[in-house]
Amino acid sequence: MKFSQVMSSGGEWLRGEGPHHQVVVSSRVRLARNLRHHPFPGWAKKAERTQILEQIKPQVEGLTEMQDSFSELLQDLSALEKQVLVERHLISREHAAKGVGSAVVMNRKQTLSIMINEEDHLRMQSIRSGLQLKSAFKLVDKVDSTLEARLDIAYDQRLGYLTACPTNVGTGMRASAMLHLPGLVLSDLINQVIQAVNKIGLAVRGLYGEGTEAMGNLFQISNQTTLGEKEDEIISRLTKVIETIIDKEHDARQVLIQKKSDTLSDQIGRAYGVLTYAHAMTSKEALNLLSVMKLGVDLGAFPEDRRLPIDELFIETQPAHLQKTSQQKLNAEERDFLRAQIIRDRLKLFPKPDMGKMAREPEGTSSSEPNHHE
Amino acid sequence: MLCDVCKCNDASVFLTQIIEGKMQKVNLCDACSKEKGVQDPTGFALADLLLGIGAAEEIEKGASTQKCPVCGFTQADFKKTGRLGCSACYRTFAEGLGTLLKAMHKGVEHVGKLPERAAKQLELSDKMRTLSDNLEKAVAEENYETAAALRDQIKQLELQITS
Repeated sequence: MKFSQVMSSGGEWLRGEGPHHQVVVSSRVRLARNLRHHPFPGWAKKAERTQILEQIKPQVEGLTEMQDSFSELLQDLSALEKQVLVERHLISREHAAKGVGSAVVMNRKQTLSIMINEEDHLRMQSIRSGLQLKSAFKLVDKVDSTLEARLDIAYDQRLGYLTACPTNVGTGMRASAMLHLPGLVLSDLINQVIQAVNKIGLAVRGLYGEGTEAMGNLFQISNQTTLGEKEDEIISRLTKVIETIIDKEHDARQVLIQKKSDTLSDQIGRAYGVLTYAHAMTSKEALNLLSVMKLGVDLGAFPEDRRLPIDELFIETQPAHLQKTSQQKLNAEERDFLRAQIIRDRLKLFPKPDMGKMAREPEGTSSSEPNHHE
Repeated sequence: MLCDVCKCNDASVFLTQIIEGKMQKVNLCDACSKEKGVQDPTGFALADLLLGIGAAEEIEKGASTQKCPVCGFTQADFKKTGRLGCSACYRTFAEGLGTLLKAMHKGVEHVGKLPERAAKQLELSDKMRTLSDNLEKAVAEENYETAAALRDQIKQLELQITS
């Protein structure tokens, strides 16, 4: 598979309609593994890293899950191509900075991506649309078991899987979900939720993980600890917390509709107006406004069949995707013009928001889909 | 001064907290302090949230000259990068890491997935223990015929384990 094919096919999670897709954009589970008797990538010399890569890469490419895969050495990818993969969450920002001695292998559906010589020798990640942490874990766990039989993996009877960073030792697992929480942000409840989640040992981060800003009302929530708890326990604990947040988000949206419908209509109307008529737009502004449009679709102000173009714009207006589509390197100002143009084109046939259709949910069904009756 | 958590940005938030009579200091950058919820001093406990950074300083005091015999990694390298050199470092720096892991994680022992290879090793070593116990008993009871048979089994098992 070539990079152009990665670009043209969106990847399952980007257009998927997984469970709770209104609030949960995607679920990811990654496992960190290392080879015994070899220094971790950050400490290994270039020659050692290359040797480790040569040992691991054929095994990864030989997985049945990786038939018809995209496999590339990091030094053979351009900066732009790496950034496209980061924007799709297929490689980490840290991995994008790597060159000789590192590689990435991913399947055609882009549900499985394996980074070789990131912070650990192996970072295996499964990504699914909606809230599907269990099935994401199942896939990556199976791949792990297959590789384990073919590679000598560093494992300690007491500490479990040994990783470069002690924060990952044990299961080596990080499970995370990307949540879209405009209701909680608009009602100023988000900090309360973040603090509550932090207190029970889970982490909340921005769009691209550690140290990144929350944009577009998107938040990543993940387990913080990896030692002393079983994988399935971590996943069900996380899932429960996420389900609670989903309920809180739906409740917040209902309160907004009932008590602050003017504010809500104003936000949606402004987002529609600016996106439809603006001629220059930063990616941050685009994300924030698209988030409000997505909320508009969720609440029924826009027809359900307009969901996909909005979801697609989230990723297409990211800086690297923009440049890759236009086949040229653009400076920030040029990107802002092009971004606004793409959005205008896409929204040309978009109906005006119909605030009267914003659905109130009947009592007690806060986590179900809003209905679209008139 | 760099942030103790991300080790990338300059620290701008300097925290001191006394926990069980011990003073712990942590330096954070703006982003990490926000992420850890440090803006709200009532909302967090240093030891819980900051991944045992105080503990990291403690290990440094005790064994700053220690060096991993397998990969040559030192305690100072760990302080600088927050990462270890190789899987053997977990044994080399076991003492200090113990405190750190305890502060970082839910438990101090892995209870999750057991790789097949390790499971097999575990099974063999369990078997070995049983055989050795039986051998001891047989010798004590002067049951030499059984003891000889057990010794043969142990030899076979040893071969299996090393192969």
